[in-house]
Amino acid sequence: MNATAKAISEPVAEFAIRTSKLNLWYGTFQALFDVDLNICNGMITSLIGPSGCGKSTLLRSVNRINERLGYVRIEGNIEVMDKNIYDPDVELVQVRKQIGMVFQRPNPLPISIRDNILFGHRIHNKGDKSSKSDQNEIVESALKQVLLLDKVKDRLNQRGTELSLEEQQKLCIARLLPVKPSVLLMDEPCSALDPKGTAAVEELIWELRGEYTILIVTHNMAQARRASEECIFMLMGKVVEHQATEDLFVTPEQKETADYIEGRYG
Amino acid sequence: MFAESALNVRNKRVQNLFRILFLMMTVLLIIPVVIILATLIAKGGSIISIDFLFTDPTNGMTAGGIFPALLGTVWIVAVALLASVPLGVAAAIYLNEYAGDNWFTRIIQLAIINLAGVPSIVHALFGVGAFVIFFGFGTSILAASLTLAIMTLPVVIVSTRESLRAVPQAFREACWNMGATRWQTIRRVVLPNAVSGILTGVILEVSRTTGETAPIMFTGAAFFLPFLPQGVFDQTMALSLHLFVVATQVPGVPDNLAFGVALVLIAMVLLMNSISIAFRMYLRGKKKW
Ligand SMILES: Nc1ncnc2c1ncn2[C@@H]1O[C@H](COP(=O)(O)OP(=O)(O)OP(=O)(O)O)[C@@H](O)[C@H]1O
Ligand SMILES: [Mg+2]
Repeated sequence: MNATAKAISEPVAEFAIRTSKLNLWYGTFQALFDVDLNICNGMITSLIGPSGCGKSTLLRSVNRINERLGYVRIEGNIEVMDKNIYDPDVELVQVRKQIGMVFQRPNPLPISIRDNILFGHRIHNKGDKSSKSDQNEIVESALKQVLLLDKVKDRLNQRGTELSLEEQQKLCIARLLPVKPSVLLMDEPCSALDPKGTAAVEELIWELRGEYTILIVTHNMAQARRASEECIFMLMGKVVEHQATEDLFVTPEQKETADYIEGRYG
Repeated sequence: MFAESALNVRNKRVQNLFRILFLMMTVLLIIPVVIILATLIAKGGSIISIDFLFTDPTNGMTAGGIFPALLGTVWIVAVALLASVPLGVAAAIYLNEYAGDNWFTRIIQLAIINLAGVPSIVHALFGVGAFVIFFGFGTSILAASLTLAIMTLPVVIVSTRESLRAVPQAFREACWNMGATRWQTIRRVVLPNAVSGILTGVILEVSRTTGETAPIMFTGAAFFLPFLPQGVFDQTMALSLHLFVVATQVPGVPDNLAFGVALVLIAMVLLMNSISIAFRMYLRGKKKW
């Protein structure tokens, strides 16, 4: 597993996310078992597996939203950029800033497209009175990165909730970018979209690789194959296999993986 | 194959029967409102004029206008709002946005529900004990308004909670996941989207407060005062009590005067309710998600 080329001058973590012996319980029900993962920096890694195997659970522990549920208990480590995010000196707001999340259902805020994109920026830069033109630049560059600029540049004051689902999902990705996260977590980001929207969002995710580490949950095997560089197969709360996507689909090492990608688990 | 069967016919007849039944119940509902309004307008409409609204009562309240009572009601309602809205909205925000579901919040809920069920005369006596005597406000606008505020607090809390609850959870999640604190989320997303509902509740509270009589008659409203209130520690006349007085306590009041007072009172309440409904429809039309 070679990480993407990195500049020699600045030491960059080889792995953006590392979990070791990660166990998670919802009350008494154990949802994750000894998950050891090394997610390469700057790559797109997809997470596949049958329904209920713990994909969302894993994703949601990487930005610590699971702990909002009072009955969740976690053991083990999750390091993001070489820092254990469960350390006591870690500020939750900083975790959320570093690690953006995209949901299955696009959830733009009921404010203008422009304000949607500036929302995170404003929260994390209190008191910093960036000028109107700076803000315009932020909005423009975020929209450009998600390939949405041409479509909406004339109606930035329209509500984000009035866009099509595909555009909404792109907007939800765009609004994460101004605070410069290092990791983007996506939980089935295309499953509410039609095939055309799916293709468009996939294309966008592919464009973002290199700049962000992307961990994407999908039910769509073809999508995992098309739009990710590495792939993780999970089953019943355990990681079964983690390989370069091409290898995992062509020559899976585990029998369960082979069964799953041939459609024997549904 | 698609012809009507006997069963279809029967079902249809039953269905029509119920439709008409429910329609009649609904019509029944508006009949009292229509009758009340019609009577008031017929018997009291003749006296309504600018003069009636803006002059003092004369001849031992058997003639003249209602200005001191009108002004007093505005005073009492305004001060009651100043007290109850901040408190009620804050409590509702706490309960809906911060508090978890535990025994503490459940007790508070129970208290709110029970507070809503307390008869207004009990509130009145509480007001006398607490505000007039214990806090030493005397019989004053302040004591009357605070009594009303406590009485309407549950209304504010419940209606505010309803409107907060109507804001989709997905908006909050979106904010939290970008690192917004609870307060940032509330201020930037939840409140702006709930404000229409909150205001509707407040206007309804105003209309309810306007008509209340019992809670103010021992705490701050006077039968008759020869002067206008200068501050919250003064007593005042009030429209609702004035109606009671001219209708039952003073001999020789002409019919149209008593009905005129009632008409003004009802008009104020209906006006508030209509504003509240119009406002809600206007904002609902603007809202899109
Ligand atoms: N909030 C929760 N409370 C209790 N149990 C939960 C909770 N969320 C998930 N679980 C359980 O944890 C297990 C893993 O769920 P998870 O949502 O992570 O699966 P998933 O792989 O994302 O499934 P899907 O593909 O259907 O989204 C499931 O058995 C589920 O029932
Ligand atoms: Mg899931």
